[in-house]
Amino acid sequence: MKKAELMDYDKALELFEPVLGFEVHVELNTKTKMFCGCANEFGQGANTNTCPTCLGLPGGLPQVNAQAIESSIRLGLALGCEIAEYSRFARKNYFYPDTAKNFQTSQYDEPIAFNGQLTIELESGRLVTVDIERAHMEDDAGKLTHVGGATGRIQGADYSLVDYNRGGVPLVEIVTQMIEGGEADSPEIGRTYVAAIREIVKALGVSNARMEEGNVRCDANVSLRPRGSNVLGTRTETKNVNSLRSVERAVRYEIQRQAALLHAGGTITQETRHWHEDTGITSAGRPKSDADDYRYFPEPDLVPVAPSREWVEELRATLPEPPAARRKRLQADWGFANLEFQDVVNSDLLDAVEATIAAGAAAQAARKWWTGEVARLANVSGVSADSLVQPVQVAALIELVVAGTLTERLARQVLEGVINGEGTPLEVVESRGLAVVSDDGALIAAIDEALAAQPDVLAKIRDGKVQAAGAVIGAVMKAMRGQADAARVRELVLQRAGSTE
Amino acid sequence: MSEITAEQVAHLANLARIDLSSEEISRLTLELGQIVDSVAKVAEVATPDVPATSHPMPLTNVFRADTVVPSLTVEQALSGAPDRDGDKFRVPAILDEE
Repeated sequence: MKKAELMDYDKALELFEPVLGFEVHVELNTKTKMFCGCANEFGQGANTNTCPTCLGLPGGLPQVNAQAIESSIRLGLALGCEIAEYSRFARKNYFYPDTAKNFQTSQYDEPIAFNGQLTIELESGRLVTVDIERAHMEDDAGKLTHVGGATGRIQGADYSLVDYNRGGVPLVEIVTQMIEGGEADSPEIGRTYVAAIREIVKALGVSNARMEEGNVRCDANVSLRPRGSNVLGTRTETKNVNSLRSVERAVRYEIQRQAALLHAGGTITQETRHWHEDTGITSAGRPKSDADDYRYFPEPDLVPVAPSREWVEELRATLPEPPAARRKRLQADWGFANLEFQDVVNSDLLDAVEATIAAGAAAQAARKWWTGEVARLANVSGVSADSLVQPVQVAALIELVVAGTLTERLARQVLEGVINGEGTPLEVVESRGLAVVSDDGALIAAIDEALAAQPDVLAKIRDGKVQAAGAVIGAVMKAMRGQADAARVRELVLQRAGSTE
Repeated sequence: MSEITAEQVAHLANLARIDLSSEEISRLTLELGQIVDSVAKVAEVATPDVPATSHPMPLTNVFRADTVVPSLTVEQALSGAPDRDGDKFRVPAILDEE
């Protein structure tokens, strides 16, 4: 549907109530795949990490990765889920070349985790609690490249190429219950929910959580219910929405598209839809088949997973502080204004600032250096700020400023030295000779020289016009090549001029 | 008598990508019906204290350590492929033009 044919968003909400649901796939960062010992890494050469098991060759038998089970349980616990006492794998049967086995090893009626809850906070401060139906384990599919055809997309391709390096990589699929009452916030709920999941898996350390690399992928279900009706509308499932912004855009687009169709007397087809990042629209994919058509059955090659309650409690004890709670605590501890704190969060510098403060720096100084000069230099080199310099070095730099060894300007030069690998801030200060001249003798000599060169200024200062001292201070700072504390210079100038300010 | 119908068999054959003649469908409808009836007899003797299971062995939690083992070489991986393009498997176009 062309953008011009969409219904106005406000009008769509006037006529219909959006009902949402999300399926988020999280790729675990285990060393090996879910059911075989092939390395869980791709981006190298195609088909370099495969074996008879993940290629579905005759005789290949799956063996469950213990770390993947542990990560799945921890993720389930972090989502407030119950952990099943008895859980099984099941085969989901379908023919598609990204799955060499002709089935996906997944979980059906006995998922590892279920009945969870996640409360998210929208920008307005509105809290929305999303009920989690289940989090189940499964293996990922291979990567298809469609070749030929007019568009390079699935439709009209001449043939497809398959790389099975990703096939068999462990996934956890997190499925929400229906989310009602989202109203105009629905698109933001989608984005914030996926952001919260991403933040949790990152805090747990169970996934690399890079959406741009497909570590976290979202399928967004949207349906519309006419106002005053209690019958659910037909839903569409928009697949593989792979950035936070896209989740928001895709939900909004589907609300506007479905509203236009329904209002014109049309019907919604239950189908999967593809999201197009470039044009910002969705297009029809395959009609959604009934779950029965997947002919799920218990995986005969694997025995059940029955995590003991002791193990579950041990894992619960390893959970980090929930990211949302941690943010609240840190903001309160540091006394940051909302904008200051958001700046740190949006720059992904929470860990760096926290570590810098832990290393002894004042909170505001830590924030200022990281979101200021460090972020600027990182931006110039196109890398992330926290990869540029260690928090302990930033803390050491701040300490030198506080002690008066460095001015802000000198400290920026020292920071560059540290980033260039010239050593710790103190080492850079020594090797570059950047310390503030705190030897009063040297300063006094320069001041006397400057005063002698500007007798009119000296006279003004003696007359009590202390603001005239600026010219002398400037000359002294220049003579010291900026390596002097301007406040101290001012003090000494007034003293030498004999002013009784 | 079981309720397996010819339509169900034809549907399953389609899902499993098996090409069946109408004679084969008739025969399989009968045979599958008999199999379902036979399996149903088990339910008659199973008492409530016998838990349902998918597995004959009383085993749970069989895991392997998360340790990388060598994979096949690309040549080995592709050796059984009907077609290839470079280091990738080549497969026919998957969806028809809409």
